[in-house]
Amino acid sequence: MRLWMLGIAAIVLSFISLFIGAIDITPKDLLNWESDETHIFLISRIPRLLAIILAGAGMSIAGLIMQSLSRNKFVSPTTAGTLDAAKLGILISMLFFTNVTYTQQVIFSFAFALAGTFLFMQILDRIKFKDVIFVPLIGIMYGNILSSITTFFGYEADLLQNISSWLMGSFTLIIAGRYELLYVSIPAIILAYLYANKFTVAGMGEDFARNLGLSYKLVLNIGLVLVAVISTTVVLTVGVIPFLGLIVPNIVSLYLGDNLRKTIPHTAVLGIVFLLICDILGRIIIHPYEIPVNVTVAVIGSAIFLTMLLRGRAYAK
Amino acid sequence: MIEIKGLTKQFGKKPVVEDVTVTIEPGTITSFIGPNGAGKSTLLSMVSRLLEADTGEVLLDQNNVKKWKSSDFAKRVSILKQANYLNVRLTVRELVSFGRYPYSRGRLAAEDEKFVDQAIEYMNLADMEDKYLDELSGGQKQRAFIAMVIAQDTDYILLDEPLNNLDMKHSVQIMKILRKLVDELGKTVVIVLHDINFASVYSDRIVALKNGRLMRNGPTHEIINSEVLREIYDMDIPIQEQNGCRICVYFNSHT
Repeated sequence: MRLWMLGIAAIVLSFISLFIGAIDITPKDLLNWESDETHIFLISRIPRLLAIILAGAGMSIAGLIMQSLSRNKFVSPTTAGTLDAAKLGILISMLFFTNVTYTQQVIFSFAFALAGTFLFMQILDRIKFKDVIFVPLIGIMYGNILSSITTFFGYEADLLQNISSWLMGSFTLIIAGRYELLYVSIPAIILAYLYANKFTVAGMGEDFARNLGLSYKLVLNIGLVLVAVISTTVVLTVGVIPFLGLIVPNIVSLYLGDNLRKTIPHTAVLGIVFLLICDILGRIIIHPYEIPVNVTVAVIGSAIFLTMLLRGRAYAK
Repeated sequence: MIEIKGLTKQFGKKPVVEDVTVTIEPGTITSFIGPNGAGKSTLLSMVSRLLEADTGEVLLDQNNVKKWKSSDFAKRVSILKQANYLNVRLTVRELVSFGRYPYSRGRLAAEDEKFVDQAIEYMNLADMEDKYLDELSGGQKQRAFIAMVIAQDTDYILLDEPLNNLDMKHSVQIMKILRKLVDELGKTVVIVLHDINFASVYSDRIVALKNGRLMRNGPTHEIINSEVLREIYDMDIPIQEQNGCRICVYFNSHT
């Protein structure tokens, strides 16, 4: 697959995304600056598109970094506890402060996502049996433990409703003023690209990296911080989107290999395309109502993931 | 010159390397031999800074290796550990290009490309430079990794059991290439070997270890004799001379 093909697909899908929704908006309506349609377009449609683009690119790259650094094809923010830790962080912030501010939520969520992912990498370091399936299974169990802690305290504090709303990745509620945190992931994505070679070298193991004079621990930590930043911004604005960070990098790796300098642009654009398709489907199927994007992603993503597991076990090793 | 001085390493309470002092002569192939658990790989890891020694020191050009900057050290000494477990999908050319990382930090200049071309040429990999590593056989993969180390262009090349999992043909091929690296390019190769015949035929010097201690250190012809080998391996190993090579016939020894 060529990058320009993915680029064109992304642009076409972006246009479709802008003109689909409960209210019909045509490009002609936009000529009138004062119309309701223009208003909706600016307040809802464009922010939604930007959110999809940033979340799609961000989560895919976060997954790619994690797969490279953990040297396991099936490790991603959803299969290593990152997102569950971020959620736990939000809950703790709500328990700690009665009138929790957005900034406090962001800081707590980030700190927990970072600590949670770091802890997972530590666990990974200690287990001897590094099977390609076994490692993500541990990650999923670990995530579930974090998640049940969140549910328990959420139940005790009567916050379950709030929690389930972060669980559900959805772009329905994205309007101007409620998604801008996602911009924070832009520098993280750029940094990820600048560090691409370092991540590739680190992905070949500590001894290999140190032979080439790379400070392995530093690169590892920078990678984890980037993953935590991206995950936090997505969870706090869109919610949890499963599978994205798992399947997109793997598809790219299949046709382009594991040299991150080469694969990061593809991963970002394919992530955007995939998320756009899922969101558009969610908006079309029961029009004028919506299916949350995490449902469509989960359905399509699990099918792709299952195929990868069954057919790609040899490749993932 | 690399000088190993009184190097000791313990894992838990168990000493793996004990008070080893050896000087690596430049421009030679030096083989580390010895039975399992002799501490060969551990010693090599400490020389290359992958492991820190408990006591003692390793000097590169009279300076403690710990004091070298990582990027400078990576231009002088390279180490290849058993690489066959690597499952990263890179093409041969991409892998070899990473050998230039200490110089280019990932942005290859024209000069770096030249080194990469030469290394690929040297290892006869030109016709498969765009293949992914997972499409290669064990021998080809090993050659690709050695090409990377050649591109890294260090004076010292340390190899930890590079013949593992290779058949005879490929093992001989690799050893011949290492010989060429020393004879033609003036490199210094330090290699951990299991098969003493490869050590006997291809190396200039042999360092023999046993239970973490240095047993012998000297030119190959001094080490490859039945008496010394009995000390190291607790086996009677008759030696036969063939075309000027000393071959250890350890198959029919009655011990």
